Amino acid sequence: MSDIADGFATAARLVVSLDAELIEITLRSLYVTLSATAVASVIGLPLGAWLAITRFPGRRYVIAMLNALMGLPPVVVGLIVYIMLSRSGPFGVLGLLFTPTAMIIAQVIIITPLVASIAHQAMRELWADYHDLLISLHASRRQRIATLVWDGRRTLLTAQLAGFGRGIGEVGAIMIVGGNIDNATRVLTTAISLETGRGEFALALALGFILIGLAVVVNLCIHVLSRTEQGSRW
Amino acid sequence: MVNDHTILPLTLQEIMVKRRGKHILGPVSLTLQGTGISVVVGPNGGGKTTLLRAMHGLDRISAGHKAWAVSDAQAHVAQSFVFQAPIMMRRNVRDNIAYPLVLRGVNRRDARAAADVWAARVGLGSAVLRAATVLSGGEKQKLALARALVTAPQVLFLDEPCANLDGHATQEIEAILHAACADGTRIVMSTHDLGQARRLADEVLFVHAGQVVEILPAAAFFAGPASAQAAAFLNGDLVL
Repeated sequence: MSDIADGFATAARLVVSLDAELIEITLRSLYVTLSATAVASVIGLPLGAWLAITRFPGRRYVIAMLNALMGLPPVVVGLIVYIMLSRSGPFGVLGLLFTPTAMIIAQVIIITPLVASIAHQAMRELWADYHDLLISLHASRRQRIATLVWDGRRTLLTAQLAGFGRGIGEVGAIMIVGGNIDNATRVLTTAISLETGRGEFALALALGFILIGLAVVVNLCIHVLSRTEQGSRW
Repeated sequence: MVNDHTILPLTLQEIMVKRRGKHILGPVSLTLQGTGISVVVGPNGGGKTTLLRAMHGLDRISAGHKAWAVSDAQAHVAQSFVFQAPIMMRRNVRDNIAYPLVLRGVNRRDARAAADVWAARVGLGSAVLRAATVLSGGEKQKLALARALVTAPQVLFLDEPCANLDGHATQEIEAILHAACADGTRIVMSTHDLGQARRLADEVLFVHAGQVVEILPAAAFFAGPASAQAAAFLNGDLVL
């Protein structure tokens, strides 16, 4: 118990004193995961909408695959991205290994199936509502996707928040491709892992509380900004 | 937006509609032309909705031939469809009504201005900024009508537009339909309400068991239909 109390106290001290290192790794955590969420949204949201309105052979298998990929093990993703980006790998010349960009790439791969899958679910319901109207109005495929994404934007936010949630707490992939290098690729989760290994439980816990707080604050901000739960159905 | 060529007549030749292997409609042959309001009546499950959807192109025709006087592309933009359960987009009233115009490339400001005009015309002028999904049943159907009419269609299909509406709402909607008809829109609507058919119809199509059993001018139909089924239907008997 005293470890947890110590953790709280340390967390409070770090936050109140605006500890420079804490701010740096917190901002890096946010930068990596927000970037990954943004890229995953650009790919995943239209993909989900497209899957909802398009019928093609094997569509069900694609959707089943997408759902299965939601459970993609981060460590394995990290390993594969590592091999791709390593000096001898196909993208080695880009020199991206052990940079925040590599961490973003790994998280995009982890988050995109989740975002696309939840988006598909939401878009499928909306499409069932809108189907006859959009067919009657002869909306083009592009217009249908744009309409669904726009009118479903609040439910799509859920998909994005789920993606953000998975990314911000993820440690396996970014540890491998980022390397947890001080001042370069260390983020909250990798720092927690490091401090735990060192036996610095209070500090690790403190970082953990800050991570949880961060996730809550981001969710609340988006909640307030987008005014979800206000009005009735949307 | 409005095309100059009249899209009528619509000719159906021996059209059939099947859904999942099941025969729903046909073979139906008819010609839709002229002006006024055609009302499709008949017992439930007889194919009224499917006939309208097939004419509009929502349901695929499995056999037979359907042709407008113009190309399909020209015909598409000159017709609208109002569904029994109005489809409310998750937008405000103004943007719902403006939507078909925006799809056709009208700039957003002009589309919204046109939407406001139509909202006022159907009695939703004070509700343009309200969310469409929270409107009452009658308001939703009026919105759907405005959205259908904003493109100035030559032909307007309505599938049981007043089902589940109270007398006031029904009266308002019928007034809008009369006005649209007076503006030259050819209206084809289905209803199971014979009173409404009497009030609105210039021509009656009696549909039963997937067949258009008869097409008569309204006065003649209500004075004495040719078929036994229609007579039974008018009489309030079950038509089997």
